[in-house]
Amino acid sequence: MTPATTAVPAGMALPASRAMETVPARVAKVEKETHDTFTLQLEAMNGRALARFAPGQFSMLYVFGVGELPISISGDPERPDRLTYTVRSVGQATYALVTRKPEEAIGVRGPFGTSWPLTSARGKDVVIIAGGIGLAPLRPAIYSILRHRGDYNRLILLYGARSPRDMLYKKELAAWSYLPDTQILQTVDYGGVSWRGHVGVVTTLFRYLRLQPRQTSAFICGPEIMMRYVVRELETRGVADTDIHISMERNMKCGVGFCGHCQLGPHFICKDGPIFPFREMRPWMDKYEL
Amino acid sequence: MDPKRLVEVLKAHPFLEDFRPEHIEKLAGMASQVSFEADQTVFREGDESSFFYLLLDGKVALETRAAGRTLRIQTLQAGDELGWSSVLHPVRKQFQARTLEPVKALAFDGARMLEACESDCSFGYALMRRMLGIVAERLQATRMQLLDVYRPGGPRAS
Repeated sequence: MTPATTAVPAGMALPASRAMETVPARVAKVEKETHDTFTLQLEAMNGRALARFAPGQFSMLYVFGVGELPISISGDPERPDRLTYTVRSVGQATYALVTRKPEEAIGVRGPFGTSWPLTSARGKDVVIIAGGIGLAPLRPAIYSILRHRGDYNRLILLYGARSPRDMLYKKELAAWSYLPDTQILQTVDYGGVSWRGHVGVVTTLFRYLRLQPRQTSAFICGPEIMMRYVVRELETRGVADTDIHISMERNMKCGVGFCGHCQLGPHFICKDGPIFPFREMRPWMDKYEL
Repeated sequence: MDPKRLVEVLKAHPFLEDFRPEHIEKLAGMASQVSFEADQTVFREGDESSFFYLLLDGKVALETRAAGRTLRIQTLQAGDELGWSSVLHPVRKQFQARTLEPVKALAFDGARMLEACESDCSFGYALMRRMLGIVAERLQATRMQLLDVYRPGGPRAS
């Protein structure tokens, strides 16, 4: 069986001539998600329209004078007037990004990369498995499925985080859990006494699912070790590796496969990924550098 | 719960999926229905491990105390099992089990289950295979938790 295509829809690919063009965007809003993670909304400025994106793609965000970072787009793909990014502050550049104030400018290149195979998932159950900040690049896919709800069967989200205070998008998760044919299961590695939810790694949630393996399309994003174990659970339950897609992360710099920083075997993660059918990535999992 | 209904409930429980009908009947003969209020202690750390539970409704927290704090090890819910160590009789409970909400469960006396395993090896093998499955799953989950995979910068190397 051939894996589903992860190519962005026709007409949405960024022309090569614009790949190295940094477009200034205005910070419209910065929202605190957790103690170390923030969501930024950017809007067009100086009359320069923002490029449209497909769920799963990323941009290169430039904090002027500090540095450029690859950040997945976490907003609604059908709101072309704004670009949304969820960023965890872990170093100098990410700290500079999340401490931008409204009205300040950030440079945007892209969007780059492949997208979640939402077209081939039509008519199937979509099982989304996210770990930590890995929920961010999956959120556009969830928005898209919810906008075209009749095109898909069940929507199942399994979300694992380190602790309740590390969980992203809490209000949205709560709202989605009330939607028909939608199952939202959350778990944390460390829960306090007041936590009423599940405790344990994300793979422990599979026992509460009734999967229809031949009618399932799975999208996964999280730490690689988590994705490996999640794939093992899916395959044990009969889901084919051509129906499993993962989002990979490496040291992406140029965004277009020129610089080679993110090369993994024959793949450039920035250009051939970040979304891959698991079948293509199987031999390369665990290899940080070659 | 009448015996027919009890057999149906046992058949539907994930722990007993594909269990042979005669084995289900045997378990049904040992089951008693129990319920707990919210925030009730089912057993404490150090208690003699006597009962095995199949949860039918509600949530239970498995907890331990460390450095003056109560830590949650796992949250169990309908479809889960509680107290697998009861078949290692005699042994003492490693963790405390506390209900997070009203809980309904089927309780099985560990010593009686062990007797049944010894007198019917086929039943014993089927039950112990499932128990081993739970132990393996929990061991794997604990190992994964120890890796702390969501830690900024990646899993802990040491």
